[in-house]
Amino acid sequence: MTAPDETGIGVDEWVEQSEGRREGHTGFTAPARRLFDKLTPGSRLTLFLLAAATYPFLVRGSDVRIGITILLLAMVALGLNVVVGWAGLLDLGYVAFYGFGAYFYAIVASDQLPAHWPTWIAIPIIVAASALLGALLSLPSRRLVGDYLAIMTLFFAQIFVELVRNFERLPFVPDDLNLTGGPNGIPGVKPFEFFGFEFNGQELLGGTLPTFSRQYYLVLVFLGLLIVGLHNLNDSRTGRAWRALREDTLAAEHMTMPVNRLKLLAFAVGAGIAGLSGALFATVQNGVFPNNFNLFVLIIMYAAVILGGSGSIPGVVLGAVAIAYVPELLRDPTKAGLLFYVGIAVVLFVLVRRWDKIAATVGGVFVLGLVVRFFSSRIWDESILGEVNDTSLSRLLDDWVLNFESQRDVITSYAFVLAIVGVLLVVLATGWWKIAALIPTLYLAILVWENKLVFQPSITRQLLFGAVLVVMMAVRPQGLLGTRRVEIM
Amino acid sequence: MNDQAPLLALKDVNTYYGQIHILQGISMEIKAGELVCLLGGNASGKSTTLKTILGIVTPRSGTVEFQGMDVTSKSTTFRIGHGMAIVPENRRLFAPMTVLENLEMGAYLREDDFSEDLNDVYELFPLLAERKHQLAGTLSGGEQQMVAMGRALMSKPKLLLMDEPSMGLAPVLVEQSFEIIQRVHRAGVSILMVEQNANMALSIADHGYVLATGRIVLAGEAAALAADEGLKKAYLGR
Repeated sequence: MTAPDETGIGVDEWVEQSEGRREGHTGFTAPARRLFDKLTPGSRLTLFLLAAATYPFLVRGSDVRIGITILLLAMVALGLNVVVGWAGLLDLGYVAFYGFGAYFYAIVASDQLPAHWPTWIAIPIIVAASALLGALLSLPSRRLVGDYLAIMTLFFAQIFVELVRNFERLPFVPDDLNLTGGPNGIPGVKPFEFFGFEFNGQELLGGTLPTFSRQYYLVLVFLGLLIVGLHNLNDSRTGRAWRALREDTLAAEHMTMPVNRLKLLAFAVGAGIAGLSGALFATVQNGVFPNNFNLFVLIIMYAAVILGGSGSIPGVVLGAVAIAYVPELLRDPTKAGLLFYVGIAVVLFVLVRRWDKIAATVGGVFVLGLVVRFFSSRIWDESILGEVNDTSLSRLLDDWVLNFESQRDVITSYAFVLAIVGVLLVVLATGWWKIAALIPTLYLAILVWENKLVFQPSITRQLLFGAVLVVMMAVRPQGLLGTRRVEIM
Repeated sequence: MNDQAPLLALKDVNTYYGQIHILQGISMEIKAGELVCLLGGNASGKSTTLKTILGIVTPRSGTVEFQGMDVTSKSTTFRIGHGMAIVPENRRLFAPMTVLENLEMGAYLREDDFSEDLNDVYELFPLLAERKHQLAGTLSGGEQQMVAMGRALMSKPKLLLMDEPSMGLAPVLVEQSFEIIQRVHRAGVSILMVEQNANMALSIADHGYVLATGRIVLAGEAAALAADEGLKKAYLGR
């Protein structure tokens, strides 16, 4: 090895090309991602807002509500992204601030209290109060990191739900004052009002736009403002300091950053955004209920942040769209069926990766189906006469796969267990043995799907949704638009 | 500030961790413009000395004077604000942030315009100017050392403290690392370097102190120390 000369310090080919590697996208999504990289943040936002603004024109009736759910999730996930994605604080109590904002608005804008606050006063106060609560709750946990912080904050989330469930009546106040409504929640929350214009569930533009459009655009405007604000915050000294803090708290302290104050600020900003989103949620839903703020909701928020790419604003918005929209997509059995078979095809391509083997597998499954059907119908004719799900795909498969008329649940349950055994065999086996195991496994999966899962939408939705998440995270562990973690060697 | 006064002076410092007496009457000084190295084997008190200078631990007795001012009871932030800077052990860069952002973090405490100092750092390490938008974590070890030094220099320090700059680096990179330190020193920064690699450290330092079990056992000109038999003793404990 030669001694390093003055100019050669630290020069390394791999390092030199690393910029190029980061820019050069590969795979079939590369053109889209290159285009995305070329756009400025401003034009990205404009495009997103334009696309989102046309949504109510394209859908019918109450489908606008799905859009509202997506936008609200995007807002609240962006707030969570400040705490988790930027400052790196694992806050599991976040949903409590969302609930706090929602309940606060519901209490001051319904018949719970005699005083009805005007919206333009209520919203700023709610944001400030949520931020203050966030800062206060971060005080006892400011010395905790990682798992310990998570446990501590999880406790806050639980306390909040228990409080609103049980504090119907406060001590020392008149009996008729029912603050949180207990397990029944608070129905009849007034809509958002701005200079006499009510953002209620009515139509817009003389009926051109369906119901709920007013609320949809209200949330969209807030989301747009939030994205602009967060983009500037991320680019500021504080934003960079948060990221430094996330990467290495000790080093950040050595750079004289006020670590505790920065953590507190992150909690406060996140909580403020959550409070705002909560208040909007309360106006959109016209009511608040304890179960709107349970741990499942928190998991959905985290899923949006992690799936989209923790730390990236467009990523989190995209993650929220995916998380909120995919379950809606799966409500329709035709689309769910399509997703199932596309999923199977993807698994096949990833697992096998050779055309001859893929052809052998598909052919094998087809032949196996015909053989099973031939013998089964000779022995027991009830095995082909069962009810068929009313989608074109299922009708197409009706002459191939078994359809049990009786004993359907028992048989498919056994088939399900066998399919899982098959999956294990597929994972263990190599070469052509893998194909041999794959053929019956695929057949069993299709059998179970057509006989059981299509008829049980709620279970199927969750199963498929879980599968979609697993596949997506396996393909892109850093999230859809996240940056891959760089470790110092 | 008195020109004759040393930049940093430790006077009879005794530091304890609970009951354990770590630093036992340490006295040392660094004059402006000097490169001083603090040597010693494992558990000799090197890191504790550094922590005492930075104010991460407070001595039970003795004083720490910085630029003629008694800073013994002052906070770390105060000391860094008044001209100390640290290059931590293992560099501790912010890996997913760019080189430029890392450098900006070094100037976190400063409210004024620091673009000139940024240019100074780029002049010292032209490679960093080329790589300023590259993520720090993708740099090689030597380049990371440059970023760590540059980041520390961004606060315009009077005294640069370095904790084991050769730690965890390949032998070739150790050499590079010392070249980088020399370059910074030539640019007029006073440096206190804590090291285990005695030969390397003494080859570039002006003065050296050797610690063993919390006491200074040897002190003097670097060249003289390098030739001293006692140095080997201090290291090997014989």
